[in-house]
Amino acid sequence: MTRRIIHHPVLDRIDETDTVSFTFDNKKYKALRDESLAAALLANGIRTLRHHEEFGTPRGIYCNIGHCFECRVTVDGVQGVRACLTPIQEGMDVTSGDKLLTSVRDWRANNE
Amino acid sequence: MSKVIIIGAGPAGLSAAITIAENGLNVLVIDEYMKPGGRLLGQLYEEPNGNWWNGIKESQNLFDKAVSTGVEIKLQTPVSNIEESNGIWNVYTEDEVYTTSHLLLATGAAEAPLPIPGWTLPGVMSVGAAQVMTNVHRVKPGERGVIVGVNVLSSAIAMELKLAGIDVAAITLPKMNMVTKESGNPLDVMNSLLHVSHMAPSAFVKMGSKLMKNDFLKRMGITFFPKNGVKMWDIPIMLRKAVVEIYGESQVEGVTIATISPSGDIIPGTEENIAADFVCIAGGLYPLAELAAVAGCPFYHVEELGGYVPLHNERMETVLEGLYVAGNITGIEGAKVAISQGVTAGLAIVNSTDGGKQEAKLNDSIKAIEETRNKAYIQFHPDVKAGKQKLQNYWNEHWKAVVSQ
Repeated sequence: MTRRIIHHPVLDRIDETDTVSFTFDNKKYKALRDESLAAALLANGIRTLRHHEEFGTPRGIYCNIGHCFECRVTVDGVQGVRACLTPIQEGMDVTSGDKLLTSVRDWRANNE
Repeated sequence: MSKVIIIGAGPAGLSAAITIAENGLNVLVIDEYMKPGGRLLGQLYEEPNGNWWNGIKESQNLFDKAVSTGVEIKLQTPVSNIEESNGIWNVYTEDEVYTTSHLLLATGAAEAPLPIPGWTLPGVMSVGAAQVMTNVHRVKPGERGVIVGVNVLSSAIAMELKLAGIDVAAITLPKMNMVTKESGNPLDVMNSLLHVSHMAPSAFVKMGSKLMKNDFLKRMGITFFPKNGVKMWDIPIMLRKAVVEIYGESQVEGVTIATISPSGDIIPGTEENIAADFVCIAGGLYPLAELAAVAGCPFYHVEELGGYVPLHNERMETVLEGLYVAGNITGIEGAKVAISQGVTAGLAIVNSTDGGKQEAKLNDSIKAIEETRNKAYIQFHPDVKAGKQKLQNYWNEHWKAVVSQ
């Protein structure tokens, strides 16, 4: 977990010993207890949280405080959960989102 | 009397809650984040007296004080709607609908985006996101970043990233387009930077700000501004270059920058790449006021306050009965001002329930906001006072119009 800032010149040292495990797209990872899912994923080097529903382009966190909804993932079967507002729990099952069928767009392309 | 409800557990919401609870009323604070403190959490800077303003500690102090005065705080609870019926405000959350006769909106501020090509790539984030990752979650947003957008917030956060051992390759402007407008125009940026020049360790910026009181000199300043920027905390601040594109296959690999003319136009053929694994977009803050909008508050656009602001008076009352506002929803300012405004909003609420016994205290608290504002180390807009005056004028006009109807 080299991406973590354990020592800081002004802020207190963080405790990196209390960990939980979770899965993201069926792979197992470790996180610090009670940290946000967004932080846990980034600490594990995961930047792509989902692919855009319409365009299939990769997306990651943007605002990190719940405003933009860019970090939405599926947590224990619940869709559209903001990773930045979700404290990680032991055994959490997280999956990213993929491109969906967008037939409305296809219809327009064929009829314009 | 029902429990007072406050939406937002940042500096304004918590200080209002403490004020109200200290006066013997029940208070419930609701916030969607997992920690109390709001935007205060991420703040970290050294004050002129050498003390560090540590947002995490300040937030903890406010939270502890609120809890010890009996305030109830519900975190991780997003509010989706508020609605008034028969003098009662309904506050809709996922689990429950709360009701109150006195509702305070302390929802804070959001960051304006600067859409530039490549900005949806993983690794591109708002500058506030990088701040929270670094200071609150203690995870590096990346190893080497570029900050797009030169303003008070981005310079402060650049320094915070450096403190945490994260390399900031440059702070630079976005390419001018319909959306980025002023933030892509070197002259406008220079203008706004002059007001934070007291924070700059760079003699160039400090000296320059004294010289550049008139437009002609400012234009000259931009023209002679070194192409590779001046360094602040060892980070080049580039006002003569702009980011044209953020590139990368599946995540950020770097940015393409180009030299720009003093008016912000790209000079063709000057493009070069800077490698980076994260990019911060710094479009500035604006009041987060959707709940005041769905409630039906009249709004005014006040540039000095950072955008559209719900109409309110110096007692933090909106024109709607029982609805109050405090903190950045009333205009973009620092956390200390937000704390002062919270006290005023709290006293205004208490005052309306005890037959006006708080009048003297309330007037003192309004003066205290003014004093805090005068002493503010970081000012987001130099003319915030003029902005406040404009809003007061709109308030007076509003009630004149109501009376004459």
